[in-house]
Amino acid sequence: MEPVDLARWQFAITTVYHFLFVPVTIGLSLVVAAMHTAWLRTRRPEWLRLTKFFGKLFTINFALGLVTGIVQEFQFGMNWSDYSRFVGDIFGAPLALEALLAFFVESTFLGLWIFGWGRIPEKLHVATMWVVHVGTLLSAYFILAANSFMQNPVGFRYNPESGRAEMTDFVAILLNKVQLVAFPHIVTSAYMVGGAVVMGVALWLWRRAAAPGAHDADDVPMYRRATRLGAVLTLVASLGVIVSGDVQGKIMTEVQPMKMAAAEALYETEAGAGFSVLTIGSLDGQHEVFALKVPKVLAFMATGSPSGTVEGINPIKARNAELVAQIERTYGSDVARITADADYTPNIPLAYWTFRLMMGVGFASMALSALLLWVTRGSSRPPVSRWGMAAAAVAPLLPIFGNSFGWVFTETGRQPWLVNGLMTTAFGVSPSVSAAEIWTSMTVYTLLYAVLAVVEVRLFLRYVAHGAEPFHEPDEAPAEDAPLQFAY
Amino acid sequence: MDYPLIWFILIAVLWTGYLVLEGFDFGVGALLPVLGRHPHVGAGVDEAEKRRRVMLTAIGPHWDGNEVWLITAGGAMFAAFPHWYATMFSAFYLPLLLLLVALIVRNMGLEYRHKRDDDTWRRRWDAAIITGSLLAPFLVGVALTNIVRGVPLDKDFEFVGSLGTLLNLPSLLGGATFVALSVTHGALFLTVKTEGAVREDAREVAARSGGVAAVLALTLLGWLLGTQWSVTVASLALIAALGLVAGLVANHAGQEHAAFAGTAVAWVGAASAYFVALFPAVMPTTLADGASLTIDNAASTTMTLQIMSVAALLFLPIVLAYTAWTYWVFRRRLSTSHIPAPVLVK
Repeated sequence: MEPVDLARWQFAITTVYHFLFVPVTIGLSLVVAAMHTAWLRTRRPEWLRLTKFFGKLFTINFALGLVTGIVQEFQFGMNWSDYSRFVGDIFGAPLALEALLAFFVESTFLGLWIFGWGRIPEKLHVATMWVVHVGTLLSAYFILAANSFMQNPVGFRYNPESGRAEMTDFVAILLNKVQLVAFPHIVTSAYMVGGAVVMGVALWLWRRAAAPGAHDADDVPMYRRATRLGAVLTLVASLGVIVSGDVQGKIMTEVQPMKMAAAEALYETEAGAGFSVLTIGSLDGQHEVFALKVPKVLAFMATGSPSGTVEGINPIKARNAELVAQIERTYGSDVARITADADYTPNIPLAYWTFRLMMGVGFASMALSALLLWVTRGSSRPPVSRWGMAAAAVAPLLPIFGNSFGWVFTETGRQPWLVNGLMTTAFGVSPSVSAAEIWTSMTVYTLLYAVLAVVEVRLFLRYVAHGAEPFHEPDEAPAEDAPLQFAY
Repeated sequence: MDYPLIWFILIAVLWTGYLVLEGFDFGVGALLPVLGRHPHVGAGVDEAEKRRRVMLTAIGPHWDGNEVWLITAGGAMFAAFPHWYATMFSAFYLPLLLLLVALIVRNMGLEYRHKRDDDTWRRRWDAAIITGSLLAPFLVGVALTNIVRGVPLDKDFEFVGSLGTLLNLPSLLGGATFVALSVTHGALFLTVKTEGAVREDAREVAARSGGVAAVLALTLLGWLLGTQWSVTVASLALIAALGLVAGLVANHAGQEHAAFAGTAVAWVGAASAYFVALFPAVMPTTLADGASLTIDNAASTTMTLQIMSVAALLFLPIVLAYTAWTYWVFRRRLSTSHIPAPVLVK
């Protein structure tokens, strides 16, 4: 494999892995902050128990999100140095701001929350988790601003003297229209994940507590409450995901028509295009062989009108020569050089299937939360059938993988572009790094990440099986020499 | 205003802050087997374990925030000097990979070690923490010393050396010095943050590792002055040396806070000497027909630097304020009597 393919695989592996933990961090920090606040307000013991219980699950997850995040920042320079040189003037700023505004806040205030039991005033202690949550949102905002520039470059000019893209309008970069819908889409997806983790874990514990002779039979109301709380969050957040995703589809059709066409395997331009339920393309990827479609739906998704026209893959491809000529006219031959590609088409089956899987698992997660709310209404008995167990197991996985599919779709659907219409991926890779070096790092990351995943999941499940600890009245003013309420 | 200069200084400040802060938590991690051993024959395993937990709890609320200084230094290099970031990170490919692995296993150890009451679990994470805490400062030392020393860059600022190029004697000495200084700094941190047996032993360990650090640091600074002589570099190197020696004297006299301040000054002096020796280059080339990266040819546009400057001016003081507040919140000395029972999860 060429260095560029290896570097892409490495980015895919490390980023998808990193993003398994990110939505859990965003979603659970909200839940834990809310539970801790509920304890402060109501003084009901179950809220403190749930706060501590989900707080531990949160920190188990946060650890991996943190360490894999460092790799993310380093690998732009390590594997993609030409990309970093070309767009660093624009792309570096949101990354630096993310560190300065978000990472410091998250790590410092999470430290305060974890070690703060009995050591800082209670109201302040609760506030630290809210600050952590705001930190996660700021982090998401900045990194999505950087990503949105790659999807839809704005607020820059090409400087032929320095041979790179340079910032002209930072506000435009922060308020990129792709960014303004990607942020709510990602955050609400993360809330779905947070809700689904709480729902799945609490449902499992609820069923266990409700079994005959369970040692924690008294905890049934607490786990029921948590299950329903998680389900409500998942359901409400899923509505946000749908609304933001709908707007996103229209913006994508406008700024990245090829991605939308690939998502639908729509080979030829169509007015009133239908949404594909199943499309099979020819082996050379030029035209469709078989298609089953729901009339008008794609046209509505892409343009907002059931009779709107959606451009197909082949006509977009045919416009490539024109596109490259336009790039050359606008930016000069140096930029035209780094936009060269054989056919400017992403991997269509990959885009088509990840798009469907993303929506499929998202809707499944939404349906599951709605169903669970329905069957558990007014009853303290958990769903006892076997599907209740299955629901608990898959509940957190559905939206987590939904996030993964969404990212694989949006990043591979942009290909061959690294920065849409400005630089192709092949020109972003580090010239001084050999294929052997990338093989080495990819092997190391993959093995290390695999081991850590096993350790993380087993520890997580161990804590779930342990359940919430019994209630202890917190000592707000412990003696100087009393044992700490939390220590490493 | 000379924005590239401002950002060169800011990046030097971020690296210096990183070394001063994470230096001590590296040291504490590395000293786990030394200070966290059975104190004497007949003392139970429990006592050693409690000592380790005192040490880790002392850095517990801080190490993660300390590490963000590194992330911010990296992000600031990307934003302010994209060529520096691109050249350095692709040139130091394998050492940085190793650094990432070291940081990953160490951080996981710090976060996971206390989460189960199981000896095998703890022993494995101890190994991760110790290895990572030794390896990471070593690699940072190797990388920064290589930057000051110069690496082969061609006229397009691309690294044309190999791993062997980076493993030269001065850089390995730099790595060893960073480790010794971290260990001493960490031991002195424990003298100000703990009481009882850990505090007493940490003082002794600091005296011994401090001697090693002093010999290494003086050799390293001697090499630096030999290759990059200037009055400013010499003054900063002198400050570093005096800080370290004064710290060791203060430690001997039982002046713990002064001793810790001494090693902090040593870090500040040494890091400043490095960056001043570098200036105005940010990555000098060793090739006659190559091109050095300087603060001017590596910099971002004035607009980007201005925006970043405003952000740094507004938010760096806030970061410093709440970081300082955290140290104040957790100012109490810890002893083994503060250590609660382990978690109930087996």
